[in-house]
Amino acid sequence: MNTTVKVLNGKFSIEMQTFGSGGEPLLYLHGAGGNTGIEGFLEELGKDFKVYAPHFPGYGESTGNEHIDDVIDAALFYHQLMDELGIPAANIVGHSMGGMLAAEIAALDVHRAKKLLLASPAGFWLDANPIPDFFAAQLDEIGALLFHDPKSPMAQMMTAIPEDFKALETMYVERVKRLATASKFLWPIPDRGLKKRAYRIQSPTLVVWGESDRLIPPVYAREFTSRIKGSKLETIKQAGHMLMYEQPEAFVKTVRNFIKG
Amino acid sequence: MKFTWFHLMPYRFLPEDFKEKYRSVWVDIPRNLYDPKVGHRLYNDYLDQLEYADAMGYDGLGVNEHHQNAYGMMPSPNLMAASLTRRTRNANLVVLGNSIALYNPPIRVAEEFAMLDVMSGGRLIAGFPVGTSMDDNFCYGAVPATLREKYYEAHDLIVKAWKEREMFSFNGKYTQLRYVNLWPRPIQQPHPPIWIPGGGSVETYDFCADHDYQYSFLSYFGYIAGKKVADGYWEVMSKKGKEMNPYSMGFAQVVAVSETDKQAEKDYAPHMDYFYNRCLHVYQGFADAPGYRTVKTIKAGMLGQVGDRAAMRREGLSWNDFVEQGYVIAGSPQTVRERLREAMKMLNCGHLMLLMQIGSMPPELVRKNTQLFATEVMPFMRDLWSDFEDRWSPKRLPQNEIATPAAVHFESKTTNGTAARSGVSQEVRSAK
Repeated sequence: MNTTVKVLNGKFSIEMQTFGSGGEPLLYLHGAGGNTGIEGFLEELGKDFKVYAPHFPGYGESTGNEHIDDVIDAALFYHQLMDELGIPAANIVGHSMGGMLAAEIAALDVHRAKKLLLASPAGFWLDANPIPDFFAAQLDEIGALLFHDPKSPMAQMMTAIPEDFKALETMYVERVKRLATASKFLWPIPDRGLKKRAYRIQSPTLVVWGESDRLIPPVYAREFTSRIKGSKLETIKQAGHMLMYEQPEAFVKTVRNFIKG
Repeated sequence: MKFTWFHLMPYRFLPEDFKEKYRSVWVDIPRNLYDPKVGHRLYNDYLDQLEYADAMGYDGLGVNEHHQNAYGMMPSPNLMAASLTRRTRNANLVVLGNSIALYNPPIRVAEEFAMLDVMSGGRLIAGFPVGTSMDDNFCYGAVPATLREKYYEAHDLIVKAWKEREMFSFNGKYTQLRYVNLWPRPIQQPHPPIWIPGGGSVETYDFCADHDYQYSFLSYFGYIAGKKVADGYWEVMSKKGKEMNPYSMGFAQVVAVSETDKQAEKDYAPHMDYFYNRCLHVYQGFADAPGYRTVKTIKAGMLGQVGDRAAMRREGLSWNDFVEQGYVIAGSPQTVRERLREAMKMLNCGHLMLLMQIGSMPPELVRKNTQLFATEVMPFMRDLWSDFEDRWSPKRLPQNEIATPAAVHFESKTTNGTAARSGVSQEVRSAK
């Protein structure tokens, strides 16, 4: 279901998908590319959980981006959104940039995340393993960075470059809007000090990585597991950075087992 | 009509196969292509050329800021302008400009520009570009989403620092200063003329119109392609009820003068090729960081001058195409006079920024171009816009208050022990 949520009396207007009606609340935070309406894995998760998938301000129809300058603002925005949704605590699943923000949400207020699942999260930088510059990548280079198999039908669909000029312009403008917002947390290097705060995370945490992630290499998993007490790592085979799109069944199973377990 | 001799200071010796071998002249160009010894000679040549332009009667000498860029070797244009204060006398110093969002704190720009204005006796024109995406976002790491906000705040701080008579505190989002107390302050009061170099962002038109700043379109595409931007600017000016004064607009144009049209091709064609195919070879991924241009500007169809899209428009162009499409105004003095007059009228432009050293052009050719233009073209265009007042040029100190450097009559020893006279003052004198 598609809904609009007014936060702080309309300071933010948030477009949000919800899936399922019963079960524990699960808040899903998308990556820098945003949700594109083909998130079958969320629908699947709706069978077990009440899934909330808001578009971050600046993505989709969500507004209020100008009130957020940094990861602290973003995390506090989510605290407020959770309060107004009536789920002050929830299971939080975040992908990539959304994983970085999910970690901040949990670190800044230890009562927010019942369980925390970070899928190929951003937030750290290793000189020995630099993350490729996604912002400078051309449309025809993105597939190879994001997918284990850029030739698969899903990858092809998600990276198709429209032939029609008007459609291309629309796509370009959308991409600019989303990545401009993401630049507040990721430009020029996706490290905004999570290393100082990650120790505060107290919820059970699972870090999930695509085995052949070429955007944020799996070596980054250690940055999370070594800092978050009791956290575990699971790797998904034949998956790149967009693991939940490439291997939705394995991803859903992993999420379900972790949260229900 | 006013003329600024504008230098980009390119590296003249990029390899023949540069375009095939490397993806960009900017941001990630391999450092081993730069030879500092060659660089030493080039800076010297280029300063000579600017000093010669001063001697030949050009109204302004233009320099600008680029980073990690082989066609613009001025990470700090202020250093070049400072060098020029000593050996030039007449021309305005058009520093176009300092990318003010990149300076931390931006008060540094207020200080350095004040220094330049004082050193030059009030000849400074202060340029405040937003800066290119390559420079700001990729080389200097500025977050694209907040670049413009940062730019506007830096502007407010700098102008206030120049205008205020008392010390003040500045509580900005990006800069906080307890004691803003500019020392030295500029000669020109309340501040040097402010020119805003633009690349077609629609917000910049409004910014110039609202502040009465001069808008300079620094295009490499020439006057025909530039008309769209000029029209956009004048439309905003007209809507806001501002005076359509041509001096409130500047335009950069490649100009190449020779004895005849045919000779111009022979002289300049290879250097045009070097400029457009090697100097402007920029990786598309660096051309427009997401958020660098506003959605409003993208929708207005204002894309950048570098990267694939721009290169596509230039692909396979011959000398004749470059001339016909207005990328370059070239030919005999007669031809250049006619086309330039037509171009300036078409754009309603009073401040022409002349790109006269282009790409790989060697010093002799630059000198020829500079001299021919000064003697055979400039005098025939001075009458243009004589009905308008130029309110965007410096108000310098009166001649009798100008301090001059002591004469350079020293003898200097060269490394092989022979005495070599400094040829500087001689050359300048003979040029006059």
